[in-house]
Amino acid sequence: MRGAKPFSIRRIPGFTMIAVTCFVLLYAPILTIVVYSFNAGDSVALWKGFSLKWYVVAAQNQQVQEATLRSLVIALAASLISTTLATMAALGTTRTRGFPGRTAIYVMINQPLMVPEIVTAVALLIFFASIKVATGYTGLGYLILAHSAFCIPFAYLPIRARMEGMDLSLESAAADLYATPWRTFRRITLPLMAPGIVAGAMLAFVISLDDVIITEFVKSAGQDTLPTYMLGQLRRAITPEVNAISTVLLALTVLLLTVFFILSGRGTAKS
Amino acid sequence: MHLIRLTTATAAALLATTALSFAEGELNIYNWGNYTNPELIKKFEEKYDVKVTLTDYDSNTTALTKIEAGGSGFDIVVPTGNWVPIYVEKGLLLETRPDQMENFKNVAERWVDVPWDPGRHYTVPWQWGTTGVAVNKTSYSGDVNTSAIFLDPPEELVGKVNVVPEMNDIINMTIFYVGGEACTEDKEVLKKVRDTLVAAKPKWLSMDYGTTDKLKSGEYQATVNWNGSTFRARLENPEVVYGYPKEGYPLWMDAVAVLKDAKNVENAKLFQNFIMEPENAALISSFARYANGIKGSEAFMPEDMKGAPELDTPEDLQAAGQFIPVCPKSARDIYTAIWTELQK
Amino acid sequence: MTRKPPEPGVLEARLEATRVKRNWLLSLPALVLLLVGASGPLLIVLVYSFMEPGDYSGVVWKPTFDAWVQIFFSRDIFDDTLGLADAHLTIFWRSVRLSLLTTLITIAFGLPTAYFIATRPGRARVFWLFLITIPFWTNLLVRTFAILEMIRSEGLINTWLQNLGLISEPLQIMYTDTAVLIGMAYVYLPLMVLPLYAAIERFDFRLVEAGYDLYANRWQVLRRVILPIVKPGIVAGSILVFVPSLGAYVTPRVLGGGKNMMIGNFIELQFGQGRNWPLGSSLSILLLLIVMVALLFYVRVSTRESER
Repeated sequence: MRGAKPFSIRRIPGFTMIAVTCFVLLYAPILTIVVYSFNAGDSVALWKGFSLKWYVVAAQNQQVQEATLRSLVIALAASLISTTLATMAALGTTRTRGFPGRTAIYVMINQPLMVPEIVTAVALLIFFASIKVATGYTGLGYLILAHSAFCIPFAYLPIRARMEGMDLSLESAAADLYATPWRTFRRITLPLMAPGIVAGAMLAFVISLDDVIITEFVKSAGQDTLPTYMLGQLRRAITPEVNAISTVLLALTVLLLTVFFILSGRGTAKS
Repeated sequence: MHLIRLTTATAAALLATTALSFAEGELNIYNWGNYTNPELIKKFEEKYDVKVTLTDYDSNTTALTKIEAGGSGFDIVVPTGNWVPIYVEKGLLLETRPDQMENFKNVAERWVDVPWDPGRHYTVPWQWGTTGVAVNKTSYSGDVNTSAIFLDPPEELVGKVNVVPEMNDIINMTIFYVGGEACTEDKEVLKKVRDTLVAAKPKWLSMDYGTTDKLKSGEYQATVNWNGSTFRARLENPEVVYGYPKEGYPLWMDAVAVLKDAKNVENAKLFQNFIMEPENAALISSFARYANGIKGSEAFMPEDMKGAPELDTPEDLQAAGQFIPVCPKSARDIYTAIWTELQK
Repeated sequence: MTRKPPEPGVLEARLEATRVKRNWLLSLPALVLLLVGASGPLLIVLVYSFMEPGDYSGVVWKPTFDAWVQIFFSRDIFDDTLGLADAHLTIFWRSVRLSLLTTLITIAFGLPTAYFIATRPGRARVFWLFLITIPFWTNLLVRTFAILEMIRSEGLINTWLQNLGLISEPLQIMYTDTAVLIGMAYVYLPLMVLPLYAAIERFDFRLVEAGYDLYANRWQVLRRVILPIVKPGIVAGSILVFVPSLGAYVTPRVLGGGKNMMIGNFIELQFGQGRNWPLGSSLSILLLLIVMVALLFYVRVSTRESER
């Protein structure tokens, strides 16, 4: 007989406390960003009283608005592309016996992780510059391509971690019931993979949003993203303007997520 | 699926806006970040009906590397003066002959025949300044016109000094301090340079940029710094003073040049001429707070800049300032080795 | 549907061939994108590592092994003797040490957090997952400066600690390795939490709850049941955290105060102010090789385990 106190494996003692601490620690700096966006002074680290000054400045600064929008577009495109390709690659490389070239595929997929950004940046600069000169095309395509490429390992590894040792019995059951492979995939495999795919896509999005150095070297005229815009300011002074923009982005994210949750909640309630 | 449709729509809209131009012409300027007054750009756009696009870089090396690779579509670049000969040697600049432009008469005597662009065949002054030291008077009230502030910090400043990670400037200031010449390859001198730097490093707090903020807040009680940055720090923290090291300190000027593969050459030339107008040059200075080398621009500058000690070098210290060329590779290799030793 | 059954073995061979082909086809699009957008252009870097540095940037097309020799041996700038490049070794060792510590810290915080999220009921899980990622929608530099604001001498942490009377003098956290560790752990935390979450979430907790009676105590449950579940997640997360921290650039510069370099800053120095592209190239290729060997080792071990 066990002791009187029931023990649940879902609640490992201490884990919940660490998790809560972790969330608090994660949000503390974010809170300072929000607070400092209302700073009256022109410093990111010196409080001078409350003011909406930096929101006005940001609202008038077309360069920083365009840079923010551009960052989001690139991150969305890159996370969609990289997650799709990473999901396919994960299907091809996990839950299967070894086959010729599997290790090679694995190493190649993870290659962007292995060199510091500046190296990929210089290599891409030289490679893309020759294409730019030859074709005359200087659009956003290069940035989206570069971002999609270095996001692949970030999308791939969570999906792979999810699929390793995933239960095969449901799929074989479906196959036994004469479901077509595509149907089995859509109805069984994909839903099983979904948490991995969501995690991978989120990582890819965040990684793309943060990239500085590769973007700095690949961008053409008028293609600053928010990070490269800030990198240019690093040597002089970063203004609370970027705090204001970050706060607006945060507010938008929270709003969108709330709407998403309310809507999806209704959807599940109906079905 | 909604998400995908939304993305495609946004992407299409964004691609379209970058392709569309409502103005007569375009101009792509590639400049240091947070360095260009938006008012200046607006005025130029309105006057000539040109759509200006501003793109930022963070260092001379990044700018040169990107421009050398080509194809990025920039018309104008603003390198530091000592880099101009490299651009010229590599054939990257267009000889626009600013010396024959209408507003060239406004360029101050001192800046007409500069060593990096004799007679001004390529470039137009943007801003110029000095690299010296900034000290908070509350901590240290002794002589600030010396590199000893960071190379042999007085006791009050130990552990409170910052050094900006500009290899060329710092090594050359140290060379001056131990009595050598800019870009020297003299082993005796360089040995002293290394020993001085290695001995000083434990007394430093950090090697970082972002000095304006940290001077204001008092986080740095002293730092190697640029004059304009010190000026902006002093406006909010009156205890901050600027020192011109008597042993020798670097002068620099950022210069506006047109690229050989520019697509909008005429607009770029218009811009070069435009910023030599005193009123416009004053707009440049009022934003980043450095002097600009255009006669008569002082009249249009903000009040607080007139007679500021950071912008007017005391006469007895003027001779100590000098333009440092980009040192030859043989010298630079030794400097990089010393720098690595310092930061290892 | 009357088809003659094929000989035994033939079908298997054919299936095997289709399987290999299918796996390659599925991986191909990702590989092509990587070849164009990352790995292919790196060949340029490989070639550069065997050239002489150009005067101001780039390379001169003269083949030489100098850049490779320079990694390990340096000619003393003053007495011209050839010695072991101890500065490079110091920098490498610091990077490895700080990256390992960062990985350990992110596991310590990330594992309980991922576990907590994965054990939430249905929709709440997505909510918590988003809660983890939202802070990272703000730019890396903004985040790093926010951390700076918290840990600097007049920052929030020191002010609180002083008000609580726990310390009398502000703690100097800024510009130390501790600051770099705090910053890197913060920046790389989602890279640990998300793969861990993906690994833990697939697990059916009802099974364990039913079966855990088999084991006498919690410790055994932890070791026999939970560890095998989280292991693939920890491995994936560790790769995602450890490898990028090796090349970290922004955090050491802003929070560490730039006094001590990590590999990322050192390579950046070669491509930037030092303008020695071949040395920068050879250093990166070496880093690439080290990480690749480590990864291959991991693949070996993990495949052997899964086939056991």
